[in-house]
This record gives sequence, C-alpha cells and structure tokens, in this order.
Amino acid sequence: MTRTARAFYWMVIPALVLFAVFHTLPVLQGFYYSLTDSPGYGAHAFVGLRNYLNLLRDDRVLDAYVFTFQFAIVATVLTNAIALAIALGLNARIRLRTTLRGVFFIPNVLAILIVGYIFNYLFANALPAVAQALGITALSSNILVNPDLAWLGIVVVAVWQAVAFNVIIYLAGLQTIPGDVREAATVDGAGAWRQFRSIVFPLIAPFFTINMVLSLKNFLQVFDHIVALTNGGPGTATTSVSLLIYQGGLEGGEYAYQTANAVVYFLVIVAVSVFQLRVLQRREMSA
Amino acid sequence: MVRRKGVNWWLTALLAACSLTVLVPLYFTVVTALKQPAELAGAGFDLPDDPQWGNFAEAWRLTNYPQAALNSALITVGAVLLTLLTNSLVAYAIARNLHSRVFRGLYFYFVSALFVPFPIIMLPVIKQTSALGLDNQLGLIFLYVVYGLAFNIFLYVGYIKSIPRSLEEAARTDGAGTWTVFWRVIFPLLAPMNATVGILTFLWAWNDFLLPLVVLSSPSARTLPLVQYVFQNQFSSDYTTAFASYLMALAPALLVYLFAQRWVISGVLRGAVK
Repeated sequence: MTRTARAFYWMVIPALVLFAVFHTLPVLQGFYYSLTDSPGYGAHAFVGLRNYLNLLRDDRVLDAYVFTFQFAIVATVLTNAIALAIALGLNARIRLRTTLRGVFFIPNVLAILIVGYIFNYLFANALPAVAQALGITALSSNILVNPDLAWLGIVVVAVWQAVAFNVIIYLAGLQTIPGDVREAATVDGAGAWRQFRSIVFPLIAPFFTINMVLSLKNFLQVFDHIVALTNGGPGTATTSVSLLIYQGGLEGGEYAYQTANAVVYFLVIVAVSVFQLRVLQRREMSA
Repeated sequence: MVRRKGVNWWLTALLAACSLTVLVPLYFTVVTALKQPAELAGAGFDLPDDPQWGNFAEAWRLTNYPQAALNSALITVGAVLLTLLTNSLVAYAIARNLHSRVFRGLYFYFVSALFVPFPIIMLPVIKQTSALGLDNQLGLIFLYVVYGLAFNIFLYVGYIKSIPRSLEEAARTDGAGTWTVFWRVIFPLLAPMNATVGILTFLWAWNDFLLPLVVLSSPSARTLPLVQYVFQNQFSSDYTTAFASYLMALAPALLVYLFAQRWVISGVLRGAVK
C-alpha cells in the first residue's frame, strides 16, 4: 500500500468505527431486543416473533399508523403546494424580493417545540376569540381538545414550519431554468398556466421529487409538534408512531415491544420512500 | 430579445399578505411576553398597555436562562466546529477514492443511514450513552457529529468531485503529503460547502428537542428547547412569563438570522442544488 493510500484509510477509519458503534450497533441491538421480552433493564428472555404478532392485533398501534399517515400525507401535499406557489411568486417580477424571501424562511430557524407552544396558546385562546367575534361556530372553541379536529392544528404548525425550507429548494430549482426558455414560450403565446405545466414544472420535477420524498419522510416521524400541542390527545387521537414508541418504550415498560414497533416503522419508511422515488422518477421521465 | 415588463405590484401585495402568516405569530409572541396577565382576555393581538419588562427577568430566573443558553451555545458551537473539521476530511477520502469498491461501499453505508428513523436506535443509544458517561453536553456534541455524517458526506462528496485534481497534484509534486494537501489545499476550497454544512448543523443542534430529551440526564445540562418542555407545568397559568421565556429561547437564532440572512439563505440554496 502506498503512503497516500494509507493516509486515505486513516482518514475514514475513526469515523467508520464511531459510526458503527453509535449508529449501526444500536440498530442491530434494536433488532435483537425486538425478539425478546425486555422491559428495558434487567433479565430478558427470547420470545421469537411474538412482539411482531402482537403488534398486528394492537388497536393502539394500528390507530397510531392511521393517524401518522393521514397527517403526513395531508401535510406533505399542503406544504409542497404552498411552497411551490410562494417560490413561483418570489421568482416573478416583484419588489422586495430579498426581504420577502427572508421573511418566508424565518420559521426554519425556530425550534418546532417552542413554535408548537406558541400555537398551542393561539389555538386555545386567540383563535376562538376571533372566531366568536366573526360568528364562526366551528372554530369558536379550542380545536386541540376536539378529537376530530386536533390533528388539523398539528397540520397547521407542521406546514407553517416546513414551507420555509421547501420554498428555498423550489427557488433553487426555478433558478436553474434559463430565462430565454420562458421568454420563447411567452412569444409563442403560451399563457401562465400553460407555461407552468409544460415548461416550468417538468424542468423542476427533480426538485419536486426530492421535496415530496423528504417531506413525507420527515412528517412520518412527527414528534416535537405533537408534544407541544396535544401530547397525543385528546385520548389517543393524535398519538403518532414516534410518540407511541417513546411513551410506551421509555415510560410504559414496553421496551422490547415498542422496539419491534420501531423496526416495523423503519421498514415502512424505507418502503414508502422507495415507492415514492420510483413513481415520481417515472413521472419525471414521461413529463 | 428581452421584453421589459414592469413590476407585478398585485403579486408583490399578495406575497406581502402571505408573509403575514409568518409575522403575525411572531408579533403575538412579542406582545404577549410584554403584557400583564390581566390583559390576556380577548384575542390578544392588541399592544400591551404598559410593557412588563419584568416578565423577562422572571423567566430568566425561573428557567435559569444563562445556564440553558450556555449549554445550547456550547453544544451547537462544538457540534458545528467538530462536524466541519471531521466530516469534510472523511468525505475527501471517500470522494477521491470512489473508484475503489471499499470507499464506494463506505459512501453508501454512511448515506443509507438517512433512512433509519431515530426511534429504532433511541432506546439502545440511551443505554449506550449512560453506560459510557456520555449522557451530557459532550455526548450530545459527539452524537451530532457522528449522526451528521450521513447527510454531510452526501453534500461534501458531491462538492469535492467538482474540484479539479490538478491543484492537489501540483502540491504533491512539491512534496506535500495527503494530510497537508487536505488542510492546505482542499479545506480552504471547501469554504462554500462548509458554510452550508455549518448552517444546517447549527439549525439542527440548536433547535433539536428529542435527542437532548432522551440523552441528557442532569438538569444542569438542559438546552433551551428542553427547558421550555420541563417548565411547561410551572408556566401553566402564567402565560406572560411563558411567552417571555419562549421569546428569549428563540431570540439568539432569530438575531443571528437577522444579521446573516442573505448568507444563510445562499448557504441553504447551495446545499439544494448539489
């Protein structure tokens, strides 16, 4: 081995060891504990796939998955639709572009947990007061204590925060479009919507793919927002999979069982991401 | 041919109106933090009659703000500096050896961790950090640096591939070793990507809640977001103090952003194009 090659190996070996010990080893331990009855401490026995079979029969777990997917899909669609609209606006001939872009990015520098606490108060006090004054009965009480509406409060906070980052990604995409392409289309008489559908969108499709995949993956792991807004309630109406694993595994003595849940959750996230990449990339090709 | 069109004022006004969705909650936070509890009735969007600066003193004392702010700052600065120095080095070694099966395998090994959700490693990591005495600020810095590898390697490798090798080869003919080449030639050239990685690591470490929640064991090690969580019960009815505390916790990142806005956004934009 040459001296150069040896130097390259020394550059990666410490990182490889640390990553293996603090990331890969815990993943393997997780797989192992999911096959036991460990409460998180002391002795444990091997129980095979029992935890996994029990997961399938557990309504709590099923409800958590239904809630998490419902939330994540709605939040992903709204975030991307709004972010794309704002990015198109910022990319047009407007004044105050830099200032507005700066304002729209602010939510991304704020801690979600604290934003959640602020919105918690807004939903509980400010919004009902405004709704009453305007005579909107549906919103005149705190939506976070209503089992049917609480999830919408979480969607609002999640979208409010996530749009900031996605706008920047879409702007990056829009800046890759050469100006003369759009000018040629304008000369040919294509309207705004037609231009967007046939020229702009196909050109930024890779950015759309990345945003959709990352948004869905992040929203499927929703945790901070819920801790700050509802802590999973009312009842268990807004208990996400992450929250259930945290609460059951750390506070509820279901360490092994919730670790099995985490393994399933991991596979679900990988499957969804791969599926999404395939579908969206095929659309990119055909578009 | 360039067709000059005027400024689209309608669109400007529309976007300005949309930006209120961001600004109004921030305005609300500021005015609530300055009110007396008796003024909170109603919608609460009016200005405070007599600004209560004492709310900040009360929140400062109750949450032991200097301690939490210092912890957050220490963890964030430590994580950013160590990440820049180590992750770039690892990425350099990988980027220059992608023709080798070993290094290509390493690349996919690190990057595939992006798809592992935190809950699966959460419980084993808690045991590991407490067994090794890493359930403190130092342990958090360490975890941010190690877990950051997954995404940062992806960003750095993409960037390093675009740097021509001729510069390194020139330095090597002058007798510089691989390490010297990295620190003297490559690392300075990485400045734009270092800015991007630094900004993203800063935002992650500063605003993170779940990792401090599960890793830190001593109350004196708590970060700013964690303190807000711990003091929720004490705040319960005292909303003005709570909002003063929230505002103080958000302020450092907001101020940094205010002064470095263009730089932050261009840093993130650069990460997006890679």
